Amino acid sequence: MIEAEDLTVSFGRVAALRGVSFHVERGGSFGLVGESGSGKTTVLRVVAGLIPDWGGRLSLAGETVLARSPRRFHRRLQMVFQDPYGSLHPRHTVDRILAEPLAIHRLPDPERRIARALDDVGLGPAFRFRYPHQLSGGQRQRVAIARALVLEPEILLLDEPTSALDVSVQAEILKLLVRLKVERGLTTVLVSHNLAVVAMLCDRIAVMREGVVVEETSVSALREERVSHPYTRQLLAASRGYDPALARRDL
Amino acid sequence: MNPLLEVEDLHIGFRTDRGVIEAVRGISFAMGREKLGIVGESGSGKSVTGRAILRLLPENAAVVARRLVFDGLDLQKVGAREMRAIRGGRIGMVLQDPKFSLNPVMRVGGQIEEAARIHLGLSRKAARQRGLEMLEAVRIRDPERVFAAYPHELSGGMGQRVMIAIMLVAGPDLLIADEPTSALDVTVQMQVLAIMDELVTKRGMGLVFISHDLPLVASFCDRVLVMYRGEIVETCRADMLDKATHPYTKRLLEAVPVL
Ligand SMILES: Nc1ncnc2c1ncn2[C@@H]1O[C@H](COP(=O)(O)OP(=O)(O)OP(=O)(O)O)[C@@H](O)[C@H]1O
Ligand SMILES: Nc1ncnc2c1ncn2[C@@H]1O[C@H](COP(=O)(O)OP(=O)(O)OP(=O)(O)O)[C@@H](O)[C@H]1O
Ligand SMILES: [Mg+2]
Ligand SMILES: [Mg+2]
Repeated sequence: MIEAEDLTVSFGRVAALRGVSFHVERGGSFGLVGESGSGKTTVLRVVAGLIPDWGGRLSLAGETVLARSPRRFHRRLQMVFQDPYGSLHPRHTVDRILAEPLAIHRLPDPERRIARALDDVGLGPAFRFRYPHQLSGGQRQRVAIARALVLEPEILLLDEPTSALDVSVQAEILKLLVRLKVERGLTTVLVSHNLAVVAMLCDRIAVMREGVVVEETSVSALREERVSHPYTRQLLAASRGYDPALARRDL
Repeated sequence: MNPLLEVEDLHIGFRTDRGVIEAVRGISFAMGREKLGIVGESGSGKSVTGRAILRLLPENAAVVARRLVFDGLDLQKVGAREMRAIRGGRIGMVLQDPKFSLNPVMRVGGQIEEAARIHLGLSRKAARQRGLEMLEAVRIRDPERVFAAYPHELSGGMGQRVMIAIMLVAGPDLLIADEPTSALDVTVQMQVLAIMDELVTKRGMGLVFISHDLPLVASFCDRVLVMYRGEIVETCRADMLDKATHPYTKRLLEAVPVL
């Protein structure tokens, strides 16, 4: 469903991606983890068509995608942004934020879809008439997820989608994503700093650092700590909670 | 010893067209120069509690408290001007949406420099030096580049670290950190926590650490408050969090994902 080969992106002097390749089959879930600033969001933005200038090869659902060319993939591909505040229109109510994409794509039965999408992310009907600034961080994040799901995409790109959610709501959202994968063959790419979250949804993960994938591995290998790159080992060690001795050892 | 921060019977409501939303319903806690974790339900009032202390809530908010005292200073009696000096000076706050608390049209370096000049009275040159050191301390790989960058040119976790650097530049007595490391990979997170830890243990800073990461809070903080629907339902020692007794806390603990 997604085939990315040797992706490169530069912002001025900054080489954000220096040759990133990965494949995700239809209905698959691929995890991206790695250092802050390593290029994870940039990878998603290339796949979503939000960065005009990039190098390498990309194909989505068998169609080759070219850099600097308009994209037709919109509805079939949705992205949940890392920072939901910036991606929600500040002067639109939650209702309008969800209704607008439905109207643009002329999907039938918007009322039912909106109610369903809000319910899916654990927000009751009372939230429909709130504005983004009247929501908590996690409530905003859930609106962003609902907006992406309401269009029933085939590919969903998720950038830290549960970082502002309590673990109980997080578990519900992850269950929902697993259900969509099983029932509808939804293909997902999930960026998260939480290895356990990635493991709940994904089968394969890529570990990024400084614009490259340093290791691609399966979740079961990660669980059993059968990993080869030192950075992946550091990630595993550091994910066991705060340890001042480990912090001092200068990772 | 007097507590650093005392909050007694704090209520926060929001007036909206569709009635009043009661976000916080009579919470009380006191803290010293320690690491106090706040965990709990999404929407339970963690962020607005932090904002209420610094009077950073919008016009439609109604804040009522029996006591709101910081280091002997009655925060409810402090004037607007004095509050501005306290904010970012003696009390720092890292907001949950860091990129939105940065000025989008000002370079990152200018914003750190400004904090160092206002709160430490440094010269421009010394402020720049101090800013670069802070960026390095929070593990920014290329401090010079980031210093000259605009906020939109940063990754999520870089924005978060810049915000932490700005707040730490002033050397606050109290830091309210709202999900300060949620966009950081675990190795960088560990380094940033170590900096905060040192400020608490060596310099006697107080830290309010709002987070959804229960294992992290349990291993990092001294004490934890658990919030649910605008109330504090449980308070316990952080290393005893796994023995918590309130049904909501238990429900949360059961939902923690494991690798
Ligand atoms: N618009 C831009 N202009 C300049 N540089 C940029 C821009 N967007 C991203 N970058 C740079 O590209 C690099 C990769 O950023 P990206 O946002 O992809 O990282 P990330 O892996 O998502 O990090 P995080 O986990 O912190 O969100 C960073 O060094 C960042 O500063
Ligand atoms: N300006 C506002 N107007 C109306 N309601 C608001 C406003 N700001 C916050 N609220 C509501 O107050 C409640 C508490 O919000 P708060 O941001 O403190 O939650 P939180 O505990 O930080 O949640 P999260 O973990 O999702 O960030 C939420 O239900 C939210 O919808
Ligand atoms: Mg990112
Ligand atoms: Mg919050």
